[in-house]
Amino acid sequence: MNLRTFLLGTCSAVALAGLAQAETLTIATVNNGDMIRMQKLTDDFTSKNPDIQLEWVTLEENVLRQRVTTDIATKGGQYDIMTIGTYEVPIWAKQGWLLPLDKLGPDYDVDDLLPAIRSGLTVDDKLYAAPFYGESSMVMYRKDLFEKAGLTMPDAPNWEFIADAARKITDKNNEIYGICLRGKAGWGENMAFLTATANAFGARWFDENWKPQFDQPEWKNALDFYVKLMNDAGPPGASSNGFNENLSLFQTGKCGMWIDATVAASFVTNPKESTVADKVGFALAPDTGLGKRGNWLWAWSLGIPAGSQKADAAQKFIAWATSKDYLKLVAEKEGWANVPPGTRKSLYENPEYQKAAPFAKATLESINSADPKNPAVKPVPYVGVQFVAIPEFQGLGTAVGQVFSAALAGQMSVDQALASAQQLTTREMTKAGYIK
Amino acid sequence: MARNVSTQRKLVTTAIAWTIGILIFFPILWTFLTSFKTEAQAIASPPAFLFFDWTTENYFEVQSRSDYFKHFMNSVVVSFGSTLLGLLIAIPSAWAMAFAPTKRTKDVLMWMLSTKMMPPVGVLVPMYLIFRNTGLLDTRSGLVMVLTLINLPIIIWMLYTYFKEIPGEILEAARMDGASLAKEIIYVLTPMAIPGIASTLLLNIILAWNEAFWTLNLSAAKAAPLTAFIASYSSPEGLFYAKLSAASTMAIAPILILGWFSQKQLVRGLTFGAVK
Repeated sequence: MNLRTFLLGTCSAVALAGLAQAETLTIATVNNGDMIRMQKLTDDFTSKNPDIQLEWVTLEENVLRQRVTTDIATKGGQYDIMTIGTYEVPIWAKQGWLLPLDKLGPDYDVDDLLPAIRSGLTVDDKLYAAPFYGESSMVMYRKDLFEKAGLTMPDAPNWEFIADAARKITDKNNEIYGICLRGKAGWGENMAFLTATANAFGARWFDENWKPQFDQPEWKNALDFYVKLMNDAGPPGASSNGFNENLSLFQTGKCGMWIDATVAASFVTNPKESTVADKVGFALAPDTGLGKRGNWLWAWSLGIPAGSQKADAAQKFIAWATSKDYLKLVAEKEGWANVPPGTRKSLYENPEYQKAAPFAKATLESINSADPKNPAVKPVPYVGVQFVAIPEFQGLGTAVGQVFSAALAGQMSVDQALASAQQLTTREMTKAGYIK
Repeated sequence: MARNVSTQRKLVTTAIAWTIGILIFFPILWTFLTSFKTEAQAIASPPAFLFFDWTTENYFEVQSRSDYFKHFMNSVVVSFGSTLLGLLIAIPSAWAMAFAPTKRTKDVLMWMLSTKMMPPVGVLVPMYLIFRNTGLLDTRSGLVMVLTLINLPIIIWMLYTYFKEIPGEILEAARMDGASLAKEIIYVLTPMAIPGIASTLLLNIILAWNEAFWTLNLSAAKAAPLTAFIASYSSPEGLFYAKLSAASTMAIAPILILGWFSQKQLVRGLTFGAVK
């Protein structure tokens, strides 16, 4: 064997070893329908990228958040891709915990992303996470019950109409409740709904100097309105209802209206799961005439933690999972109605999608009209429609959510709940150094 | 002499016992039934108890989506491993405290138990850092170690109470016959305490099998046991109650069967020494 043959042999052996040692990406995600569908379709990615293997860690949202936060804060390096929301992205990007996504490839067409969603995931002009699916909130209502009550839902209703209609539709003897709204305590549960709704009532969490605003009349109006409406026209035990509980109530025909995430539209119109699939109409989230609608903005997005050693492969995967081609792939395999919504303009221009998804127009309008940078009627020092993008909000939001949930359950009055919220928020914000 | 118990009284106590038993068992039964429903039937109101179209599709769906066997093996290794390692450490310690107590033995026992009084999340970050630096994150050996540590106080306490019931004179007699310390523990003490050790073993396997805080937080893809398997079916946006129930049934079935077959030992061990 001469030297040349030996060198050649060694080189090919090294190259083969490199090939055989495929990179494994560990992806942390939540158990939502669109994510599960993605896991089933990853053969398309791995066949195009044979040198990359995927390992999934699927967890419940709150467990995932705790797990991922611990890992990223301690630079544990357990995950190469994380599923995070619009709440985490601005905070984590500022902490230097996420890598900017600047290698998504020439075909990615970042300008096709919906501007509202893109802006929520951008910090200092850099995209730190790519949206997998986006959502806002809107009104879902039963057309048959509205017709029976002689009511017509406007495309853009106000709260007065919603409350009036809810009371008219309610027929407690037959277990039909005019309106189902979130009441379960949690910053991502009742406080997502109430914070967004309070925006429409002219309320805000903090003034420009980070002073809590629960002692202002706008919050009193908003909470009073919500509690009275739910007592008159809501289902029993509403203080323990979150997204899933309301979804099951609506699907079994017990709610006249439900104001919640736009992603619910595909569930309630699915005849396999819903008994009212052909009777559902959609409208924008209500306002009070002050210029803001109570529609939130959220995007489950894929980001790369700063500790990952496999950033290039991770970007390749993210580019695949959030691309236009991926949407086409889902449409081919599962039909257009099952395509992850709310991320790309081109999807909403697609006539096939418009035909398959009766909720497309309302979803797009809701997402486009949400403005995380100016969420309230009055100026605010924070970003976020249904949350305040500061690290303290998870704890604060849940604590305030608990007192508001107690007010809904009748354990305390609206005034007591607001006073308590004001007190605990002031204490925490002072401790955290926002209030000097 | 046994007391005379009237038939009526017997009937009443039996009825009460059954009612309590069924009440306690009902959530598990309901989970089991729900796992055979479709997602739509799972949320139907009023709920169907037995008369619905039974389907096994949830089990197939769960199996096709996640590797049950991998999680199952992780659970077996972690729960049996941690219990056996715990017993290895606990038997000598419990021996020392039961048969060679010092002035401070009671305090040591109390101190050990006090570690169980702290909320685990309080030490999550330090533990995570230790695991990260030692490369134990997402490994079975790491989980075995942490579960041994958290269950050790319970194992020692249980064994200590069993050992206390064994007359010290028997051990003394063994010593008189020239048995070494190791022989004394292995050939004299352990056989006498078998019922106690067996129930400690079983109880700790169950505790380790169900432990969901550390196993979820310190594992990711490779070492994730059945607790992570269940957690992956809970969804914030979407109703997967039937699939979640199927996953739960699959996760608890092995330990339920183990408990069923060993209930004699379990009860015997737990009441060991109650009558003197």
